[in-house]
Amino acid sequence: MPKWFLPLVAVAAVMFAASPFLIANAPYEATMGLVQKIFYYHLPSAWVFLLSAIVCGIASARFLFGGSPRQDRLAYAAAELTVLFGAIVLVTGPLWARKAWGVWWQWDVRLTSSLMGWMVAWAYLLVRKYGGPGSDKLAAGLALFGMANVPFVYISVNYWRTIHPATSVVPTLPVDMGLALWFAVACFLLLFVLLLRLRVYLEEQRARLDALYLSLDE
Amino acid sequence: MIRTAWLVLKKDLTVEVRSLEIAYTTLFFAISCVLFFAFALVKEGKAPEDGAAGILWIAIAFGGTLALGRTFERERQSETLRALLMAPAARPAIYVGKLLGIVALLVAAEIVLVPLVAFLFQAPLLSHPFWLSAVLLTGTIGFAAVGTLFSAMLVRARSRDVLLPVLLYPITVPVIIAGVRATAALLQPDVELALVRFWVALLIALDAVFVTLALWTFEPLMTD
Amino acid sequence: MIPLDFEDLTADEVSRHFGRRRALSRISFQTRKGSILGLLGPNGAGKSTMLAVLATLLRPSSGAVRYGTHTAAASGATLRSRIGILGHDLFLYPELTARENLAFFAGLYGAADPQKAADAALEHSGLADRADDPVASFSRGMRQRVALERALIHGPRLVLLDEPFTGLDDASTAALVARLQGLRESDAIVVLATHDLDLAEGLLDTALFLRDGRLAEAVARPDSLRSTYRTIMRRST
Repeated sequence: MPKWFLPLVAVAAVMFAASPFLIANAPYEATMGLVQKIFYYHLPSAWVFLLSAIVCGIASARFLFGGSPRQDRLAYAAAELTVLFGAIVLVTGPLWARKAWGVWWQWDVRLTSSLMGWMVAWAYLLVRKYGGPGSDKLAAGLALFGMANVPFVYISVNYWRTIHPATSVVPTLPVDMGLALWFAVACFLLLFVLLLRLRVYLEEQRARLDALYLSLDE
Repeated sequence: MIRTAWLVLKKDLTVEVRSLEIAYTTLFFAISCVLFFAFALVKEGKAPEDGAAGILWIAIAFGGTLALGRTFERERQSETLRALLMAPAARPAIYVGKLLGIVALLVAAEIVLVPLVAFLFQAPLLSHPFWLSAVLLTGTIGFAAVGTLFSAMLVRARSRDVLLPVLLYPITVPVIIAGVRATAALLQPDVELALVRFWVALLIALDAVFVTLALWTFEPLMTD
Repeated sequence: MIPLDFEDLTADEVSRHFGRRRALSRISFQTRKGSILGLLGPNGAGKSTMLAVLATLLRPSSGAVRYGTHTAAASGATLRSRIGILGHDLFLYPELTARENLAFFAGLYGAADPQKAADAALEHSGLADRADDPVASFSRGMRQRVALERALIHGPRLVLLDEPFTGLDDASTAALVARLQGLRESDAIVVLATHDLDLAEGLLDTALFLRDGRLAEAVARPDSLRSTYRTIMRRST
C-alpha cells in the first residue's frame, strides 16, 4: 500500500465526522426543511456513482484494447464501487423523495437511467463471478456499452420536463449551502479514491497468488 | 468485407429456411408473451393505456432474446463459430452478417406480431405504416446490434443462457423506452409527429453508437 | 491481401495458462514443410490447446509461434488464409448439404469460384454422389471426409488436425492416411494430435509427447511409439 494511504484514511475519517456539523449549519431550504439535508450526501454519491462508472468504462476499454491486467483490476474495483455508491444514491434518493414529492419512486428518465446504470454494474459483477474463463473480457465489453449510456443519464434531465430538479439548480445555490455541499463532495471523492485503491490492492494480491500457483507448476 | 457479410447472411438464411425452427419457435413464443400479458393486464376487455405498445415491444425483446440464444447455439454445435473466426475474412464482417440475419428474423416476427396486437387490443397500429416501420426497424436494429455482440461473446462462456438477458436487458432499456414511447405516440387519436420524429432520431443515434461500438469491439472480444 | 507463405513452423517456449491452471508449459519445437508432426499424449495433456495456439485462435501467455518469419500478431488475417484446421467437432453446418458447406467456406476463404472449388473438393473426397444431401444425414466417416475437404479447400500450407481418426472405420482411416501422405508430398506442414499410436507409427516424421502441458519427449523418425509412450508415462510421474 502506498505511503499516502493511511494518512488519507485518517483525513477522510475526520472529514466525514465533521460533515454533519457543516450540514447542520447550512441554512434550511424553504420548501422542504430538514429532509432536504439528505441532498448533501445524495448529490456527491450520485457524482461518485457516475465517476466510478466512467472509470470502469475507460479502464475496460484500455483492458480490451491493450490487454493490461492492471486495467482489468481497476475496472473490476470501479464496478464494485459503482454498485456501492449507486446503492447509496438509490437509498438516499427515495428517502428524500418520499418527503419532498410524496412518492418513493418516479419513472422519469433520470431515475430510470440511474437504476439501469446500476443494474449494468451488477451485471458486470455477475459476469465476472459466473461467466467462467474469459469473463474478464466479456465484462469489459459490457462496461463499454454501459459507459455509452452515462451521457444519456446526464443529458436526459435537460431535455425532458421531469419532477427531478434540473441540473441548473447547483450553480445557483446560496454560498453557505454551497460550502456544506462542496465539503461533502470532497469527502465522497476522497472515500472513492481510498476504496478504489484498497480494492485494486486486493485484486493485485490475488493476481500475485495466481502467479505463485503457476510458478509452483514449473 | 461486404462479401463476407453477405455470405454469412446467405448461409444463415439458408440454414434457417431449411428447418424454420428458430422462426417458428420465436414467433410462437412472442405470441405467447402477448397473450400472457393480455391475460395479466386486460381488465373488462380493455388493455391499459399504451398497453398495446408496451406489450408489443416486450414480446419483441423476449422473442429476440430467444432467437439470439438459439442462433448462436447453432454455431456452438459444431464449433462453426471457430471456423468462421479462422477464415481470413475481417471479423467485423462476420458480426454484420449475423446481425442482418437476426434483424431479418425479428422483422419477420414483427410482421405477424403487429397485426396480432392491433387485433387483440383494438389498437390503431396500422394507421401510420411508414412511421411504425421506421420505429420498429430502428428499434430492432438497436436491440439486435447489442444482442448479436453479447451472444457471440457468450458462446464460450459458462451460464451463457442466463447471462444473455442479464447483460442485454439493462443496456437495451433506452432502445425499448424509445420504441415503446414512439409506438405509443403513434397510437394516440391525434398523432404528434414531431414527438415520433424525435424518438426515431434518438433510435437512429443509439443504433449508430451501438453498431459502431460493436464493430470496434468485436475483434478483441472474440480473440482469446 | 498480400499472399503470404512460409516454409517452417517454430514454437518458441510457448506457454498458456487459464487462471491458475497451466495448460501449456514452455513448449518448443520446429518443423519444416513436407513433414508430419504428431502431438501425442493422454487426455488433458494440452494437445488441443497447442493446436489452438498454432491455429492463431488462442494467444500464448508467453512465448511465440513463428510461421517462417511471420507471427500471428503481425499477420493476422493473411496468415489465417494459409492455415487449415480440422477440429474434433468438424466445423460443418449439419443443416446444409456437403456442397453448400464447401462452397460457403470456399467463398469465405476468398475463392474466385466457390462452386468449382466445392465440386473439386467433392471429387477428391469421393462423395460427389451425396453432394446434395444435408451433412446431418452422413455417417461420422463421411462427415469427417467432408470436414477434411473443408479444411483443405483453400490449399493451406499448415494443416492442423485434432484427433482425426476418432470413430473412423478401416476404409476411412486408410483413405485419411493416404490423404495425409499426399499432403506431405505436396510440401504442406501437417500437425496431428492423436491417441491412436499404432496408426501414428507409420505416419509421423516427428513425435512430440506431451504430458500435463509439458513436452516430455521429442522423437524423430519414431518406430515403436507404444513402448516409448509407456516409458515416458511411467517416467514422468
